[in-house]
Amino acid sequence: MTTVLGLYNYWIVIALMMIGFYVVIAASNLIKKIIGLNIFQTSVFILYISIGMREGGAAPILKEGVEVYANPLPHVLILTAIVVGVATTALGLSLIVRIKEAYGSIEEDDIAEKDGSL
Amino acid sequence: MLLVTALGAVFIRDLFAVIMLFGIYSLVSAGFFLDLSAPDVALTEAAIGAGVAPLLMLATLALTREKTTPQPRAKRSIHTSLLPILVVTMTGAALVYATFDMPFIADPAGPAHNHVAPRYLQASGAEIGIPNVVTSVLASYRGFDTLGEVFVIFTAEIGVLSLLGFLADGSGRQYWQFEDTANLRRHNILHVVSKALIPVILIYAFYVQFHGDYSPGGGFQAGVLFAAGFILYAMIFGLQAAYRVVSPTALYWAMAIGVLLYGGTGVASLLLGGNYLDYNVLGSDAVHGQHNGILIVELGVGICVAAVMMSVFFKFSGRTAHFYDDRREVRK
Amino acid sequence: MILDILSWLLIIAGGFVGVTGAIGLFRFPDFYTRMHAASMTDTLTAGLILVGLMLQCDSILTVLKLALIFFIMAYTGPTAAHVLAKTARHVNLKPYLHGKEDAS
Repeated sequence: MTTVLGLYNYWIVIALMMIGFYVVIAASNLIKKIIGLNIFQTSVFILYISIGMREGGAAPILKEGVEVYANPLPHVLILTAIVVGVATTALGLSLIVRIKEAYGSIEEDDIAEKDGSL
Repeated sequence: MLLVTALGAVFIRDLFAVIMLFGIYSLVSAGFFLDLSAPDVALTEAAIGAGVAPLLMLATLALTREKTTPQPRAKRSIHTSLLPILVVTMTGAALVYATFDMPFIADPAGPAHNHVAPRYLQASGAEIGIPNVVTSVLASYRGFDTLGEVFVIFTAEIGVLSLLGFLADGSGRQYWQFEDTANLRRHNILHVVSKALIPVILIYAFYVQFHGDYSPGGGFQAGVLFAAGFILYAMIFGLQAAYRVVSPTALYWAMAIGVLLYGGTGVASLLLGGNYLDYNVLGSDAVHGQHNGILIVELGVGICVAAVMMSVFFKFSGRTAHFYDDRREVRK
Repeated sequence: MILDILSWLLIIAGGFVGVTGAIGLFRFPDFYTRMHAASMTDTLTAGLILVGLMLQCDSILTVLKLALIFFIMAYTGPTAAHVLAKTARHVNLKPYLHGKEDAS
């Protein structure tokens, strides 16, 4: 695949990234913002893994008679990043819970309003 | 498929549906990873994205959902709705323009395939002697990176603990003392089925943990799977039963022990005359040392990840239970 | 050859059940009938396709793995459907009866 269509993986990634970006900046609900961040994050994962893919490459588990493997390095990075991602998501969600307890709302506008009236 | 579910997550206003869609999105992307010949990553994404993450989001939703009035749409001005789209389109266009200089997908001549990756693929068989290159890169070649990641997970959990560990009302109750939450109590069939299923999940987690040298798997996946099996138990039999099996204090200890196992392996290799996290000195010869080191390090990762996931779940669900407890008392 | 035809028949039947299940999920009027469509997809589609694939593969190990997946699907799918239905009963979700829209 040597035409310009060989770049399709980047375009999927960019589309997903922009969807996530849009949710983060446009959604007013904080949980939805977190989901947007997660979509953004997944797009980065896909970027790395698709870079690590190789024509005719097998999964990077050494076997007799297999010569071409996918690149293991992005796999390692992304594998840890997924777990770290869920840990940080949990941190963000617990922040949301505390915000709800302090402000009584998880809508950005309400929170800004309350801050302004303080 | 990915794009459709992601778009759905943008446009649906019902948060419950959005979270469910996010779970589906993660599952689809796990399939995509498998297609891109990354089974380790697919396993992790399936366990995390479709299992643990939506669960935590649902718990947050349960904690925050009362009187979330849907915003009247007319209130949003053209400024708030058009500007993000403009920004996003421009950024996207710039990024698409940048892709024309990138290597094509699966091109063997791409720069990512010609730096250190061939070295890992060719030498790890002789140097480390385990077939799964991902595991050997994760635990041995890039041991420092992974240690850092484990510390990040640990720190995030400490953040969650400090944010949610205490009750706001200051009534002196520990956060795990509340009424029984097992409202799935009447489901006899569910109990029978899950009793047979949960041990299988846990055994599979151990398989993934200790067979990770030879097949896709390792500490991260095993930890998440173990935690998922345990969370299933807690959801079906109630939090009280789960606390009787593993107390939250034990989880804190397990978290610290996991990190210390990893760090301690490094110190042990220092004391035996190698560099930090250089496993060659841990066995009778270099390959055996690598085997031992990777086994211990992966065990540390698994313990830490499982404990963190379980204790995050306990935190969220314990708080939810308290939340409804308090409301019930107010209503009385 | 016969195995091939048989397995493709099973796979195509599974795909057909899957598609009808998806249509049913969208077109059926209430929760219970929709759930019926969904759980049909869960068990029958997966079962048919897995059996079809089992006839295709050449090593006994793969057959065993597929059988394990089949077993787990057959075990969890109906349970999930059962729990959903029971919860729906529990929160007094009324089924759709005789074309009358139930207001409650």
